Amino acid sequence: MAEFLQLTIYGIVAGSIFSLGAIGLSLVYGILRFPHFAHGDLITLGAYFTLLPVSILGAPPELSFFFGVAATMVVAVAVDQILYRRLRKVAPVILLIASVGVALILRSLVQLFWGAGNQYYSQGIDMPWRLSGVNVKPDHLLIVAGAVILVVLLHLFLQKTKTGKAMRAMSDNADLAQVTGIEVNKVIIWTWVIGGGMAAAAGIFLGLDTRLHPVMGWRILLPVFAAAILGGIGRPYGAIVGGLIIGLAQEYSTVILSPPYKPAVAFALMVIMLIFKPTGLFAGRKA
Amino acid sequence: MSLLQVDQIRGGYGDVDILNGVDIRVEPGEIVAIIGPNGAGKSTVMKAVFGLVKVREGSITYRDKEIANLRPDQIVRQGLCYVPQEKNVFPTLTVEENLEMGAFIRNDDFSQDLEKVYELFPALYEKRRQPAGALSGGQRQMVAMGRALMLNPGLILLDEPTAGLAPAIVDLIFQNINKVNGLGVSIMMVEQNAKQALRMCHRGYVLTTGRNRHHDTGENLLNNREVAEMFLGG
Amino acid sequence: MAGIIEYAMFTLCLIGIYGILALGLNIQWGLTGLFNIGVAAFFAVGAYTSGILTGPPSEAHLGGFAMPLLVGMLGAIVTSGILALLVGLITLNLRADYLAIASIGIAEIVRLFLKTEGWLTGGVRGMEIGRPFEDWLGGNFTLNFLIFTIIVVAIVYVLLEIARRAPWGRVLRSIRENEDATMAAGKSVLAFRLQAFVLGSCVMGLAGAMYAHFFGFLSPEAFRPMLATFLVWVMLIAGGSGNNKGALIGALVIWLIWSGTEFATGLLPADLSTRAGSLRILLIGILLEIILVTRPEGLLSEAGERKRQIAREKRRAGEET
Repeated sequence: MAEFLQLTIYGIVAGSIFSLGAIGLSLVYGILRFPHFAHGDLITLGAYFTLLPVSILGAPPELSFFFGVAATMVVAVAVDQILYRRLRKVAPVILLIASVGVALILRSLVQLFWGAGNQYYSQGIDMPWRLSGVNVKPDHLLIVAGAVILVVLLHLFLQKTKTGKAMRAMSDNADLAQVTGIEVNKVIIWTWVIGGGMAAAAGIFLGLDTRLHPVMGWRILLPVFAAAILGGIGRPYGAIVGGLIIGLAQEYSTVILSPPYKPAVAFALMVIMLIFKPTGLFAGRKA
Repeated sequence: MSLLQVDQIRGGYGDVDILNGVDIRVEPGEIVAIIGPNGAGKSTVMKAVFGLVKVREGSITYRDKEIANLRPDQIVRQGLCYVPQEKNVFPTLTVEENLEMGAFIRNDDFSQDLEKVYELFPALYEKRRQPAGALSGGQRQMVAMGRALMLNPGLILLDEPTAGLAPAIVDLIFQNINKVNGLGVSIMMVEQNAKQALRMCHRGYVLTTGRNRHHDTGENLLNNREVAEMFLGG
Repeated sequence: MAGIIEYAMFTLCLIGIYGILALGLNIQWGLTGLFNIGVAAFFAVGAYTSGILTGPPSEAHLGGFAMPLLVGMLGAIVTSGILALLVGLITLNLRADYLAIASIGIAEIVRLFLKTEGWLTGGVRGMEIGRPFEDWLGGNFTLNFLIFTIIVVAIVYVLLEIARRAPWGRVLRSIRENEDATMAAGKSVLAFRLQAFVLGSCVMGLAGAMYAHFFGFLSPEAFRPMLATFLVWVMLIAGGSGNNKGALIGALVIWLIWSGTEFATGLLPADLSTRAGSLRILLIGILLEIILVTRPEGLLSEAGERKRQIAREKRRAGEET
């Protein structure tokens, strides 16, 4: 029982991180119609940007969080406006290839500036609390609480603001959004702001939970894609549920499978979903 | 002056011209129907007016301002709205959010216009919190027209408003078009239901192979033998 | 001088191996429109298969069975083909973008498998397999291997060129251009896609075997899966996808640029040179984006190639009359 609870806690923590990544991926996929392969590297970038104020100014990590998120938003928008925007008129698959290139560019930039080794936000050990045989680290609470706050903010943005509604409208039907008079490029920029910001938060939480490494984001791209597909492309709320399912499934699988194969579980769930219900649990878009 | 004046336009997708010189004008307060066989370029004319198809030659003026090849959002700002064929609501947005999207470019208070749409289509008020995707085909068409009305447009372009709808609902749609026109909004529509469209319109155009074939009042076109043989089933 | 010739031969061998990979990808992406970002998976499976079959007996992992080189190469083709068949049966009905996502999953799982299953592959410690041709023709391994590589590339190129021009290749292209119409014409789209996917993966497996024997040592790190896959993609896109000649020219040009960046970054001050690898990847990434924006059809586009062919035929016809 204690083991099950422990895995559940790990699963919720991992799932929160996957959800944050999957929200942006799902929004971008729904609005721009291509799977953004550089999303994992936006996650990495967010984690490393947050390291900057910590290591240079000695700023507290809580404040650096905002810097990391903001800087990643800027990069996401810049990549879109400089590169993806020029390729929007051609086939979406060209955007896909371009995003694979961006993934490698971002990763090599991280390696150039921060080196290929591991990095940590703080040197100290995060002492876990023990509650009836279950370990909970303070960071775990921070991560889950942070994810919940971000999801609530996202919800308010999507439901209450004109831009958020327009984003959902574009995800529903981009052509109709265009003829309705919605300023498409403005909505796209906002999509990258939200997607980039959420990705950065995922990276920062991942770095807090484990460590910083130049391929940290690429390694979780598969579960993040799986979460987005499970939830239905273009359905940010579905992405949250998808992230939690993938996170929990990966942790529970370690009871019978060797832990390195966790991504295989995400892969299997994703492929099953694609074969039997490609629109996802929450009926996202297929086209 | 005409509200909309389409003058000898040529254009199409890629290198292939679908429109080979089309003239259309719409006067304030009019309903104008465009009919013709499949492939005549009816829907393409609408798309050309709305900047969705490249216009290579000719001019399109709205309130005497050249609008050919502007972006759709720029055209919307001139007071011209377009309701595409079918798939013309945002299915996961509520009815009210759909209407709000129609007012996207407005920064002022549009609650009065919202009221006006609900007055015109009371059925929508009852369903305002439901996702538009859950509505019936006829109600979706109301949402689409209502969304266009949110901008107080001078002219609405309707691309086959009755396509894919049951015959019983078709009458309702035509009634609604009359209601919208009653607000003083001009209508230009492409229709497959040629007979009904000609009956309700002030003037009609018959297009074939991307050119004007006939142009007259709706009534005269209904009585024109050639038109009758071509489209009205004798 | 001898050093330069040696280096040139070494480079040409690698260009040949990458050329084979690019030819394999061209069947999948160029001809059929199958988006595979898991190139490294089939490359690695081929390499390990050949390594286990031909390597010297080892305590640390399965094999080696010290079999002849050709058996190893054949084995590489078969295992990567079987993997492709399994993967293809599950995923080929998916749309191009879903297939792309699925293929990174396969690459990741193969990578984890090679790393984790030490009994089979030697795990992170790697696998020694020795090198063939060490004592042929005066004992210059690189020269011998280069001759061997040229022969293999020529055979693969000719076979694939025949396949591309055959009715089979035309069906693949029609699937890429218009799947529905091809289906309407009574062709089983899934069967053709599966054939193309398996054949392309077999070719990648063969390249893996070549790679294994060229270096005589294998480890999960040796593949740098993302880099290998990425370079092959850049080669195919730069050369012009859909075009076998373009795939080979792309391999040549991109590998030369890739080697060139090694020289360029070698000139950097010592404290930066440790990060030279990242800088090289950065440059290739930027090169890819520039190609995509300015010349998405590649150096030798498929359409351009067809035009040239028609022009040649016209000229020939003109000479005859």
